[in-house]
Amino acid sequence: MEPLYSIMPLIAVLVSLGVVPILMSSRSANVREAWTFGAAALKFLIVLSMLPTVLEGRVLVCTIAEVLPGVAIRLRVDALGMLFALVASSLWIITSAYSIGYMRGLKEHGQTRYFCFFALALSATIGAAFSANLFTLYLFYEMLSFATYPLVTHHQDAEARRSGRKYLLYIVGTSIGLVLPAMVVAYYLSGTLEFSGHGFLPASSSPILLGVLLFMFLFGFAKAAIMPLHAWLPAAMVAPTPVSALLHAVAVVKVGVFCILRVLTEVFGVELLASLNLGTAVAYVAAFTIIVASLIALTQDELKRLLAFSTIGQLSYIVLGVALLTPKGITGGMVHIAMHAFGKITLFFCAGAIFVATGKKYISQMAGIGKQMPLTMAAFFIGVLSVIGLPPTGGFVSKWYLVLGTLPADQWSMLIVILTSSLLNAAYFFPILYRAFFRQEDQSRNDVAVGEAPLWCLVPLMITAVGCILLFFYPFIFLRLAELAGS
Amino acid sequence: MSEHYPALLVILPLLASFFISAAGWFRPVLCFPFTVAGLAGSLLVSLGLLGDVMSGGPVSYRFAGWDPPWGIYYRVDHLNALVLAVVSVVGFINLLAARSSVEKEFPEKAGPFYTLYVLFMTGLLGMVVTGDAFNLYVLLEIAAITGYALIALGKGRAPLSSLHYIFMGTIGASFYLLGVGYLYIVTGSLNMEDIARLLPPLYESKVVTAAFVILMVGVWLKMGFFPLHAWLPNAYTHAPSPVSSLVAPLMTKVMVYVMIRMVVTVFTLDFAFTFLGLNDAVVWLAVVAIVMGSLLALSEKDVKRMLTYIVVAEVGYMVGGFWLGNSAGFTGAVLHILNDALMTLCLFLAVGNIVHVKGNSRMESLPGLFRTMPWTMAALVVGALSIIGVPPTCGFFSKWYLLLGALEAGHYGFLAALLFSSLVSVVLFFRIFEVGYFEPLGGSHGSAHGDDEHVVREAPLGMLVPLWITALGLILVGLYTGEIVGRVIRHAVPAMML
Repeated sequence: MEPLYSIMPLIAVLVSLGVVPILMSSRSANVREAWTFGAAALKFLIVLSMLPTVLEGRVLVCTIAEVLPGVAIRLRVDALGMLFALVASSLWIITSAYSIGYMRGLKEHGQTRYFCFFALALSATIGAAFSANLFTLYLFYEMLSFATYPLVTHHQDAEARRSGRKYLLYIVGTSIGLVLPAMVVAYYLSGTLEFSGHGFLPASSSPILLGVLLFMFLFGFAKAAIMPLHAWLPAAMVAPTPVSALLHAVAVVKVGVFCILRVLTEVFGVELLASLNLGTAVAYVAAFTIIVASLIALTQDELKRLLAFSTIGQLSYIVLGVALLTPKGITGGMVHIAMHAFGKITLFFCAGAIFVATGKKYISQMAGIGKQMPLTMAAFFIGVLSVIGLPPTGGFVSKWYLVLGTLPADQWSMLIVILTSSLLNAAYFFPILYRAFFRQEDQSRNDVAVGEAPLWCLVPLMITAVGCILLFFYPFIFLRLAELAGS
Repeated sequence: MSEHYPALLVILPLLASFFISAAGWFRPVLCFPFTVAGLAGSLLVSLGLLGDVMSGGPVSYRFAGWDPPWGIYYRVDHLNALVLAVVSVVGFINLLAARSSVEKEFPEKAGPFYTLYVLFMTGLLGMVVTGDAFNLYVLLEIAAITGYALIALGKGRAPLSSLHYIFMGTIGASFYLLGVGYLYIVTGSLNMEDIARLLPPLYESKVVTAAFVILMVGVWLKMGFFPLHAWLPNAYTHAPSPVSSLVAPLMTKVMVYVMIRMVVTVFTLDFAFTFLGLNDAVVWLAVVAIVMGSLLALSEKDVKRMLTYIVVAEVGYMVGGFWLGNSAGFTGAVLHILNDALMTLCLFLAVGNIVHVKGNSRMESLPGLFRTMPWTMAALVVGALSIIGVPPTCGFFSKWYLLLGALEAGHYGFLAALLFSSLVSVVLFFRIFEVGYFEPLGGSHGSAHGDDEHVVREAPLGMLVPLWITALGLILVGLYTGEIVGRVIRHAVPAMML
């Protein structure tokens, strides 16, 4: 069906950008937070309003400016973009609430700046989701890199400075050093950068060149944290927890993975990858990342760092699923964007809630915490189930499709990787739960009576935990979108 | 009226200079309005010319009706129409920002400053508009001599730096004149089109080759093309802020234009590219310029001085892009004249604001600047992103064309140098941002937490507004790249490159 011209995608991108001046000029925290909420809700509603059209199999298009011959800054809402935008915009609302609780609870400085750049980052995320071509995607990818720098380094201390450097070195270094030249070469080869269902790179190009290009894109989009370009992610955990939650479990890393999905399916195209056998190569890189990241996660004591390594592994599931090049695998990979987002954000929220309530960051300190913060730890349990991929949580659905995806591809090794990794996930998550629920807290510290985190923190994490369960029973919208995107 | 545009372009600021110098003696308050009037006139005329050229093709003008090759002949095609617009826009925006600095730094010299300012602009605009090789030399010297004087207005070592610049600049200009003289010996003409017409049978002549090489070296010296850049960092660093932000964006860009004009129109591409076959060597020189400019910038502790080395690297972009010898490279080089003029203006204006408030632009003065000078720093960030080449700022698009050109020409060294310099720019600017963002006020290493009080000490509005016009211009020009390339630059690409 032919595309529908609409200005809605542009509005969806600009909504959060539009509130930045208001956020900057308002001196009152309440006004600022009200506007943040308003923008988040509005953005979600706009995204939602486009959902029926997309479910009909149509796409919405909005051209902003024709900047190079054959290349425009253009937004296009298709099924894959819609899937990602739905996840990001719905979780932004919840994260806004959580941010308020967290930032107020810890009396953080520079909250105006924080909310401004958060809004900017969300604009970039939705922009990336709705990009119609590689150039627009690159534009929003870079915008996101720079918009998140002040968030990652929010504490403005020496450690934040170091981590900020690492963050930029990896993210911007690869995007300029690898993606930019790859994009120029792709444009040189095909004269366009417009995404298309069958890819736009000419199949007649030299296979070696195509292979090199693919890996330049794969590693160039370092936000996907594919090894060995993953080290920025644990470093970026110095950020306040809501930043880690939304950006480093949902927006930033998912934008990286999303870019790779676009490159695999709409720059190269499934047929071209299959004919050159490049899918398998990508799958092996992803499989390596999955296993190694899980093994490293086993050794971590700081909860947020453990979650970071878990994220690195889970991101590669998505890449792996699509790299299998089977319909079920692609669906599984794409749905995993949503499922992992809900599971991981719950876990990050819990880690932050524990920190706000008790000031504890290390797993070894968390003995008996399940008794003090039962609701938080219950949500944590649900999040763990979802990330491992056990019913009744959404994570099971995507893992099911991933496993199914390996079968027609006759990729037994990949099946083994997925199952092994699930066991490893369980191996690093269950000891935390065991410690939290079944171990007594150290008597020496027992004099400090601590309860749950403030409601602003608690409610959001309950909502996302419930979301994980609901996604098990009602995954249909995401599944439908993923199937549409994969077909 | 409109047919006299090319002449008015030069005459308006020239006339203004008399009024300004007179006002400088009797009513110094009037200097600024006269300057604004003169430059606003040439700004409007240059935009009108650009419109005329876009709609009706190249325009030529014979002074007092004397025909070329005897009379002075001005010719405006798509290439110099664009450069004229760039020069007049940059000169005008910078003028608006200059007022506060002049009042603070040398109020007693307002008369001479504004007089020199418009004369400098006259020289630049004349160099770009003229179609006569010798006339170009005269105007080059007008711009150069006023430039030396403007730079010498600075404090401390400025006169010495200016003297250094005078020596090097004079050598450069003399080389140019020598080249033109050789051409005159063999062709008997000074009109550019006339020379081009007479030259083809003489390609074999050693005099022509010598003329070309000497002329190019002269032009390169004037634009600070590495390793002929030694005068540039000192001159631009020690100059007063409003002078740096005038000379740095414009002088080098106009010399790049002169290089392109001399090669394309006078010697023709047949001679320079096909007959001499120097392309590859010059692009490699540009690679060295880019890499060395970036590395030297890394070693600087003063923001303004660092920027001057970025200018050196950017000259490499444009020279290399042009000498790639293909359409994309040419487009990139010409687009970069526009973009780099705006980016450099943005950065130097921002640094000017910092100097205005802090007294200098050394790294030690930067801590806490994001808090105390948020608007200036935000504009500095936009300028930096453009230098790094982040879309949708304009810097990305010229870099894109240059990369594409390098790829088409198969010149991977140039491609790598462009990427390298982008990456170095990230380091350069984030080093500044880190100091401004992380290091607390007053140099105390206590925690920055808790104190949410805003101790904003910004530059005056008269400096902030031009800065922000430029910063927004960077984004707008980026978004309109398609239009600019499609409607102007594409028509300037020599037929041989298509």
